[in-house]
Amino acid sequence: MSLGSPASMATSLPDESRQASLANAVAIPWRRYLLRVASVTLCLLLWQWAAQHRVNLGLVTFQNVPAPREVLAAAWALLQSPRLASHLWASVVRVFSGFALAALAGIVLGMLIGRLRWLADVLLPPLELLRPIPAVAWIPLAILMFPSSELSMIFITFIGALFPILLNTIHGVEGIDARLVASARSLGCGARAILTQVVLPAAAPSIVTGLSIGMGTAWFCLVTAEMIAGQFGIGYYTWASYTIQNYADIVVGMMFIGLLGMGSSAAIRKLGAWLMPWYLLQR
Amino acid sequence: MQTPSSGQVAIEHLWLQLGAGQRRFTALQDVSLQIAPGEFVCVLGPSGCGKSTLLGALAGHLRPSAGLVHVDGKPVHGPHPDRGLVFQHHTLFPWQKVIDNVAFGLKMKGVARAERLEKASQLLRLVGLEEFAQSYPAQLSGGMQQRVEIARVLINAPRVMLMDEPFGALDAQTRLKMQELLLQVWSSIGTTILFITHDIDEALFLADRILVMSPRPGRIIEELAIDFPRPRGPDLVTSPRFTELKRHCLALLHPEARIVPLERLSPLGGQVAASMDAIQFAI
Repeated sequence: MSLGSPASMATSLPDESRQASLANAVAIPWRRYLLRVASVTLCLLLWQWAAQHRVNLGLVTFQNVPAPREVLAAAWALLQSPRLASHLWASVVRVFSGFALAALAGIVLGMLIGRLRWLADVLLPPLELLRPIPAVAWIPLAILMFPSSELSMIFITFIGALFPILLNTIHGVEGIDARLVASARSLGCGARAILTQVVLPAAAPSIVTGLSIGMGTAWFCLVTAEMIAGQFGIGYYTWASYTIQNYADIVVGMMFIGLLGMGSSAAIRKLGAWLMPWYLLQR
Repeated sequence: MQTPSSGQVAIEHLWLQLGAGQRRFTALQDVSLQIAPGEFVCVLGPSGCGKSTLLGALAGHLRPSAGLVHVDGKPVHGPHPDRGLVFQHHTLFPWQKVIDNVAFGLKMKGVARAERLEKASQLLRLVGLEEFAQSYPAQLSGGMQQRVEIARVLINAPRVMLMDEPFGALDAQTRLKMQELLLQVWSSIGTTILFITHDIDEALFLADRILVMSPRPGRIIEELAIDFPRPRGPDLVTSPRFTELKRHCLALLHPEARIVPLERLSPLGGQVAASMDAIQFAI
């Protein structure tokens, strides 16, 4: 979001600049909203039509694809059932355990790697070797390495979220203006205080970006892991619906995965904006 | 103004080399100087001559290759809140409100929050910005940001204030106002000031004494006592004595037309490698 030219920013008073940013954000004419809603409706109608007529395009067929109305009915049925809560709860607990561990490890390691040259030399080469391996490729080994499938699924989520968080943290720390650190030291800031008072807040915007990306990959990895190793969880539910031929429930599962992923990424962004009210002023 | 008892600077036979390997060069060559407590000294020299390097050594961000740097009889080892540093561009923390930026030095000393905010508002009043206490630095103009920066350094009651072309990035009008403000603040606080500039008018207007440096490698080639009475006003710059001194400085700074102006040095070293050393030294 732009706040106008830097020159006008420099002279404007606080309240003016805040209002300007709000005005930019809400000024979307209703016609454009109408167009967007129409577009979604058209997609749904296309889907309904293709499913109803069991369209077969040769390469891809809609023969077994449930129609939107069936999906809606199945979603309603699931919402009424107590199974939904246990599936969602299982997935949310796994995602947030893996994600929280990845956030802790990624931020702490990233800050140290970004500040200490020797630690970067020690830790970065092995991490760079592991990074190209997709988290999903870890599933078989993770099942062998951990005593319970629960732990192995959390591990997969952890691996998936770790690298975006770690790399964005390192990037943020390395981008800090050396003058800020020098000034802080001249103001009496010691080595540990530099990390907490200067490095962490200065790298925070980059860290939040990493957390937001990491949250997305965490959901992606978890759903895959659940499909293979799960007993509960929304990914398991989706896959189980396929195996027992409840085709409408497949789409319901997909919808819930999408909603949860979207919701948690939005929560991270909101949290970031709340923690860093100053950040929008910088742009 | 009372006679201050601290803030005496002694530099003896200071040599300082910057850069690594083939790009190593001598930034300061055998610099010796004495500054009395409470004195306002300007260092005047062409761009890249090493005057900022001198400041960096005194601030403790650059280690001398040879020679002694003493403040009040004690050798300088690393940065200290007794030696406040002001850069050409402000180094306020964008994530802190103006008042918290100013109070930062006291926070590092462990002063209780209420007490340090009280002291910070006093200093904001001194630089005429008490109504901007709750703003973020990005919401202020360049001149205001530098005033906050000065207040932030002054809260530590430094023995010496080291200023590296602090008004160099401001427009002419703002610069004049800032110079008057600085003299006013200095007359009420009475700390020693070492002020780096390449602007002859600025040096003549502010200083008790001007040290003129040669192009790289930097040496002090002349010392001028400036005995204009204080308080000094804007009329001073049109007086015949001022013009005479200015002509003298011009002749010193431009003995012949320089072929290529040198890259500006910073108090954190001239090159990336040098400033990296400063950072690594931090933690």
